[in-house]
Amino acid sequence: MKIFYSLLAVAVLITLAWVGTASGGLYYLFGVIFPAAAVFLFLFGIVYRVVKWARSPVPFHITTTCGQQKSLDWIKSSPLDNPSSTLGVIGRIALEVLFFRSLFRNTKMELKNGGKLVYGSAKYLWLAGLVFHWSFLIIILRHFRFFLEPTPAFVTFLQNLDGFFQVGVPVLFLTDIMILGALSFLFFRRVVTPQIRYISLISDYFPLLLIIAIAATGVLMRYFIKTDLIAVKQLMLGLFSLSPLVPEGISSLFYIHLFLVSLLLAYFPASKLVHMAGVFLSPTRNLSNNSRMKRHINPWNPPVKVHTYEEWEDEFRELIKGAGIPLEKE
Amino acid sequence: MSEKHFKPEELTAIGYQPRRRDWMDPHVEFRRGTFNYSANPKSMEYLGLPFVRKWQPTEDDWQLPSNWKEIILEGLRERIHKFRSLRIFMDICVRCGACADKCHFYIGSGDPKNMPVLRAELLRSVYRKDFTTAGKILGKMAGGRELTVPVLKEWFYYFYQCTECRRCSVFCPYGIDTAEITIIGRELLNLVGIGIDWITTPAANCFRTGNHLGIQPHGFKDSVDFAADDLEDITGIKVNPSVNRKGAEVLFVVPSADYFGDPHYFGFLGYLALFHEIGLDYTFSAFASEGGNFGLFHSHEMMKRLNAKIYAEAKRLGVKYIIGGECGHMWRVLHQYMDTMNGPADFLEVPKSPVTGTVFENARSTKMVHIAEFTADLIKNRKLKLAPERNDSYKVTFHDSCNPARAMGLLEEPRYILKSVCNHFYEMPENTIREQTFCCGSGSGLGTDENLEMRLRGGFPRANAVKYVQQNHGVNLLVCICAIDKATLPPLMDFWAPGVAVAGLHELVGNALMMKGEKEREADFRGAPLPGKEEKVHV
Repeated sequence: MKIFYSLLAVAVLITLAWVGTASGGLYYLFGVIFPAAAVFLFLFGIVYRVVKWARSPVPFHITTTCGQQKSLDWIKSSPLDNPSSTLGVIGRIALEVLFFRSLFRNTKMELKNGGKLVYGSAKYLWLAGLVFHWSFLIIILRHFRFFLEPTPAFVTFLQNLDGFFQVGVPVLFLTDIMILGALSFLFFRRVVTPQIRYISLISDYFPLLLIIAIAATGVLMRYFIKTDLIAVKQLMLGLFSLSPLVPEGISSLFYIHLFLVSLLLAYFPASKLVHMAGVFLSPTRNLSNNSRMKRHINPWNPPVKVHTYEEWEDEFRELIKGAGIPLEKE
Repeated sequence: MSEKHFKPEELTAIGYQPRRRDWMDPHVEFRRGTFNYSANPKSMEYLGLPFVRKWQPTEDDWQLPSNWKEIILEGLRERIHKFRSLRIFMDICVRCGACADKCHFYIGSGDPKNMPVLRAELLRSVYRKDFTTAGKILGKMAGGRELTVPVLKEWFYYFYQCTECRRCSVFCPYGIDTAEITIIGRELLNLVGIGIDWITTPAANCFRTGNHLGIQPHGFKDSVDFAADDLEDITGIKVNPSVNRKGAEVLFVVPSADYFGDPHYFGFLGYLALFHEIGLDYTFSAFASEGGNFGLFHSHEMMKRLNAKIYAEAKRLGVKYIIGGECGHMWRVLHQYMDTMNGPADFLEVPKSPVTGTVFENARSTKMVHIAEFTADLIKNRKLKLAPERNDSYKVTFHDSCNPARAMGLLEEPRYILKSVCNHFYEMPENTIREQTFCCGSGSGLGTDENLEMRLRGGFPRANAVKYVQQNHGVNLLVCICAIDKATLPPLMDFWAPGVAVAGLHELVGNALMMKGEKEREADFRGAPLPGKEEKVHV
C-alpha cells in the first residue's frame, strides 16, 4: 500500500507537469515560479532546520567510541574511530560524509541450523549508497553547464571524466548508469527484504521514486527524446540571474524533469533527506572522546536533590561508630 | 521463573519474518519472562517520584493520571529543546535498516520492534504526529501516530527491552544512538509514575545508604574486613584496607557487587592484593560505596543525584584523585557524565601513579582513573612480579563490556593485562568483540529473574561467540570488567555454554601477583587448586 501510494504520488506529479505545460501552457509557472519557490524553500528550510537543531544544546558528551581510546603513551589509539582531538573529529566526520565509514562496517547476521550465529560481510548497502550519493553529486555539478556561462573548467573536467569511455553519441555518462543502478537496488531492497519493507514508510519510498523519476527523465532527454538545450540554458541562466524569461521550444519532458527537481528541493528540508545536514551535527560522531580530559559544559545543569554526607552520617551514626569508621561529629 | 523451563533449542527457534500486522498499529502482549515488574511504591516515595501507586504491566488499567498525555508530550517538548541528540535522532533516520540485525534483542527474539530503528520509531512516530508540520497535517501518511495508552504500553515494553548498549550506534551512518532514545523514553515514562522495580529500588537504596544493595556502613566495613581475612588465608599476608580515612592519597570506588557478589568478590580480593603490594595509600568510602549508577537507567536527574556523592566524598576526605573499579555503566557515567554533572573537580590533582610516576593525562579533568589503566601502567613499567602459570588451568577469553568499549574505547588495557597474567588467551570472533561487542543481555537494569527469558534471548549472541571459542579452543573462563556482566553472565553461560565460568580481570591479576613475603599459595582466589597443587587441596 505504501509503495502504491508513493508510486501514485510520483505519477500524479508527472502528469501535473505534463498536462500543465503541454495542454495548459503554464510555462511560466513550471519554468520560473515553481523552481524559484523551490530554491527558496530549500534554502530557507535547511537553514531553519539547522538553526533549530543548533538551538538545542549538547548537554552531555556522548561520543560513540569505535576504537581504542587515547590513554597511556605506549598504547596505540585510533585517532579516527575514537578521536581525542578536533583534527581527529574532522577526520572522522569526513570519513563518515565522504565514504560512509560506519555503514562500511555493516554485517549480515545469520542463524544457522544448530543455533549457530554467523556474521557475514554485507557491503551492498554501503556500495549502493556510496554510488548513488557520489553519482548524484557529480550529476548536479555537471548540470552547472546549464546554469553558468561560461561553463567553469571543473564542470568540463567532470564531464570529460564522466564520459571517459566515449561510448555512443551523445557520449554516455557513467554516472547516469550508476545512479539508476544504485537507486534501483535501494528501491528493490526496500520492497523485497521483508524486514526492510516492514520498517519502510511512504516517506522512504517516495523520495526514492522521485529521484528515480528525475534521473529517468534526465536520461530520456539526453539520449532519446532530445530537447532544445540552448533554450533550456537560456531559461536557467535567466533564473539564476534573477531576470526570468521563458524561451519557446522546450519540451514538456523538460518541464516534468524541472518540476520533479523543484519538488525534491522543496520536500528536502521537511523530510528525512535532511540527514545530509544532520550528519554533521550528530553528537555521537562530532564530539571527540576527551570527556575526562576537558570538562564539557551543560548549559542547563540544574541543581538536584542529593543525599549529603551529613544526612547519611546522621542516619547511620551509631552503626558507623560501632563499626569503628571515623565520624565527622562524634 | 528459572532457566530450566527452557531448552536452548526452544529459544533458538527464531523466526525473523515480520508479522503481518503493521507496526503502526500498537500491540503488545505482556508475556511472563519478557518484562519487568513495576516499581515498589516505597522506593518511589523515598526518591520523591510522582504518581506513586500500585500497578502491574499485566493489568489492563495502569491507573495513569488523567492528564498523562499532556505530561508526556510536554516532557517530550522540553527534552527536544534540551537534547540536540534527541531532536536530530528524531529527524534524520532514513530507515536504511543497517542497525536491525546488530541488536542482541532482535537477534535473540526476532521481534521486529526490537530492531533499533523500529524501537526508535515507536517514539519517533509520536514526535512526528505532534511536533512536525507534515505529521500534524498528514498523520499516518507521514508516519505519525497518536499517543494512546496502547502506544504507551509498547514504549514500556520495548524501552525496557533495550540495554542501552549502543551497538547499533556503531553501525548507524548518522550515529543515531538508541540509548539516547530509550534513556529519554524511560524518563518520559517515569514522569507518569511508570518505572520498574529493578531500577527504582536499587536507586532508592543507593540514595539512602550509598550503594544499590542497601548495605549499611557497618555491613560495608564487615565485607572489607572479611575480604582482608580471606586474602590472608590464601596468601598469608594481612592487608589493611581503610574506610572513610581522611588524608589518603586515593579514593577507591567500586560497584557494590564487588564486595558482595560472586564472582565479583574474587576480583575484589585482587584489588586488595594489588594495592597492598604496591603500597598504595588509598581508602574506601562507606558513603561513596557504589560506583555503579542505576540512575542512568532512570533519568538524567537521578543519575546526577546518585553520582554526586563521589566528588563530595573525595572532597571531604581530602584525597588527591580517584580510582574506579571494574564496572561498565559505572564507567559510562564517570567517563561521559560525571564531570559535566557534578564537576569541576578542581579540588583534586591530576592523577599520577605513585609507583611509576605516570601522569594520567587522559583523566586530567575528571581526576578519575580506570583500574585497568592503572594496572596496565604498573605491568608495563615492570612494577609487579607476576606468575601467569598460576592461571594455567584457565583458558581465557575476554568480553568487552559495552560501556568501556563504546563509551570509552578501553580495549587494549584489559587485553594487555590479561596477556600478562595468563598464558592461554583466545579472542572471540571479531564481529563480537571490541566496539562490536555484544551485550550480556541484562544491562541497564534488566538483570532480574522475572525477565529471564528475555535476558537469555538478549544474551544469546554473546553466549554464542563464547561457545565458539569453547568448542574451538577449550575456553573455560570468560573474563570481563563489568559488575552486571559478572552477575548475569554466569546463568547465561550455564544455559548456552555450560562449563564456562565468569571472572573479573583483577581476579586473574590477584592470582598471578607474587606478593612480597607471601606463603606458597595452594589455591587460587576462588578456592580452586593451583596447577600442580591439585592433590594437596583435595586431601
